[in-house]
Amino acid sequence: MRLGFFLREAMRSLRRNAMPSFAAMATVLVTMLVLGVFIPIVQATTGAANEVRSRLLLDVYMKTDASAADVSRVRARLANETPHVKKVEFVSKKEAYAQERKRNPEAYQLLGTNPLPDTFRVTPDKASNINQLKSSLDPGGRPVDPAIDTVRNRRDETNKILSATRVVKLTTAMLAALLITASILLISNTIRLSLYARRREVEVMKLVGATDWFIRWPFVIEGVVVGALGGLLAILLLAVGKIALIDPLAADFALIAAPDTVNFGVLIAVLMGLAVTLSAAGSGISLRRFLRV
Amino acid sequence: MAERSFRREQPNRPATAPKRPQARGSGNHVIEFRGVSKVYEGGDVGLDQATFAIERGEFVFLVGHTGSGKSTIMRLLIKEADASAGSVRVAGRDLSEIPRKRVPYYRRNIGVVWQDFKLLPNRTVYDNVAYALQVTGRSRREIRQKVPDILRLTGLATKLHNYPDQLSGGEQQRVSIARAFVNHPPLLLCDEPTGNLDPETSIGIMQLLYRINRTGTTVLVATHDHAMVDKMRRRVIELAEGRVVRDEAAGLYTRDETTREFAARMRGAVADPALDPAARGTRHVRERGRTGSN
Ligand SMILES: Nc1ncnc2c1ncn2[C@@H]1O[C@H](COP(=O)(O)OP(=O)(O)O)[C@@H](O)[C@H]1O
Ligand SMILES: [Mg+2]
Repeated sequence: MRLGFFLREAMRSLRRNAMPSFAAMATVLVTMLVLGVFIPIVQATTGAANEVRSRLLLDVYMKTDASAADVSRVRARLANETPHVKKVEFVSKKEAYAQERKRNPEAYQLLGTNPLPDTFRVTPDKASNINQLKSSLDPGGRPVDPAIDTVRNRRDETNKILSATRVVKLTTAMLAALLITASILLISNTIRLSLYARRREVEVMKLVGATDWFIRWPFVIEGVVVGALGGLLAILLLAVGKIALIDPLAADFALIAAPDTVNFGVLIAVLMGLAVTLSAAGSGISLRRFLRV
Repeated sequence: MAERSFRREQPNRPATAPKRPQARGSGNHVIEFRGVSKVYEGGDVGLDQATFAIERGEFVFLVGHTGSGKSTIMRLLIKEADASAGSVRVAGRDLSEIPRKRVPYYRRNIGVVWQDFKLLPNRTVYDNVAYALQVTGRSRREIRQKVPDILRLTGLATKLHNYPDQLSGGEQQRVSIARAFVNHPPLLLCDEPTGNLDPETSIGIMQLLYRINRTGTTVLVATHDHAMVDKMRRRVIELAEGRVVRDEAAGLYTRDETTREFAARMRGAVADPALDPAARGTRHVRERGRTGSN
């Protein structure tokens, strides 16, 4: 009986306060729309940045006269004793020669012999650890194993990529934080305004002996309804946008499809949850000020 | 309806801590102020060492100029404000002992009527009155039965589905009285109930309050309408600058008057029999649809 009463109360007040309810719904709608567009964009950018970073490698060149024993010793060392190593890939003399010859057949025609050494391509566990990894393999320019000739990363490029992707990630993170803060402020402000208009009503309810929660429940339910409606409309618009704009484009340009973004179903669930929670909690919490009678 | 205990059954209230109002406090006092002062935050003195007591079933006027502290007394009684000094007891219970969370339950024992009605603008007459019952968790069936009854008693049987802004001032005040009385509280507080109403409408309201008082409910009415108070011949407590300056049971206190006789006297019609039929005639039109005017 209680739940039924609260539901009827919420519906009544939605009907009787159509304009403020509509404004709150529109606020939720716009906020969720912006978030719905922005979340995949943030994900795509950080995804792209991470992808670039994951291509950073360290080349460990063996001496040309290194024996098979030398090679397996160094491989074991890289794989088991060196920190920050994620992956070790071995490119033998022959493989390297074949690769290079394919790329530049005329030059290699002239050479006759194979001048290339055996090489390990080492991927660091995290891109930002690449310099640490290098100095642990040749502290002060002296390789840790006599069979290693040189350890190289393309120094300038590496540092540029590291700092550029760091800026990209930081910027998107800040934008995301800003956007979420703005949405919360916007929604709570709209709710507060519509509650302010009804503070006299709340005052009267308290004076005839209503408890705080008796007054609060209908407001919270109202918030749930408003949030759900706003969220639903936003999701509908997003779906239309996705089907009409993004999907055809993605078919033509690999770029848009490439970075891993959140699955649309998950995005919908997140937005809906966010819309309902923000709106309901916002109503319940904002009401507290007016309950002190 | 001779004896009426302050406590009544409260379906919503767990039966914890049985209170015996009569055990403390003195005798039959529904309201007891002892040396009560109220200083507002800005330093304004609302009440200054006020001491008085009101017995069960009394009809008492609280008079004094604007700013003399009448509303402050009402505010203290419904615990909208707390006394700065002294003790306020209602049915023997010191109000300072009621924790904040229990205040809503305490308020359900008191009907309150304000000068500005304080109706809920988004609800019909019926729903405004029903709200006071819904708050206490009454069943829908009980509400459907009680609300029309009280609206008939207050003469609003034909206005059930009107919104407050579709009613005259007098009608709105009747709604607020209906809401205050629908729980049959043992104590009814009225803060300038006729302050916004014309004299003829005011008499109708006072008649309604008198009828409620005759059911055994203690009624406390704040007003600055001296003419009305003089005619009513009830106990009067006068305030000036927060102090009680007069407290007397009017000499001509006529206890067993019917509501009809009461109304006639209020209109000054009894003294002049020639005017009597006319007065009755107009009243008859105004009160159509009202029943049970004993
Ligand atoms: N909320 C308040 N804050 C500060 N001062 C107040 C407040 N309410 C009343 N007062 C002061 O208390 C005094 C008594 O006011 P009140 O009880 O409202 O008088 P009355 O109802 O008899 O006109 C006045 O001087 C008034 O200025
Ligand atoms: Mg006043």
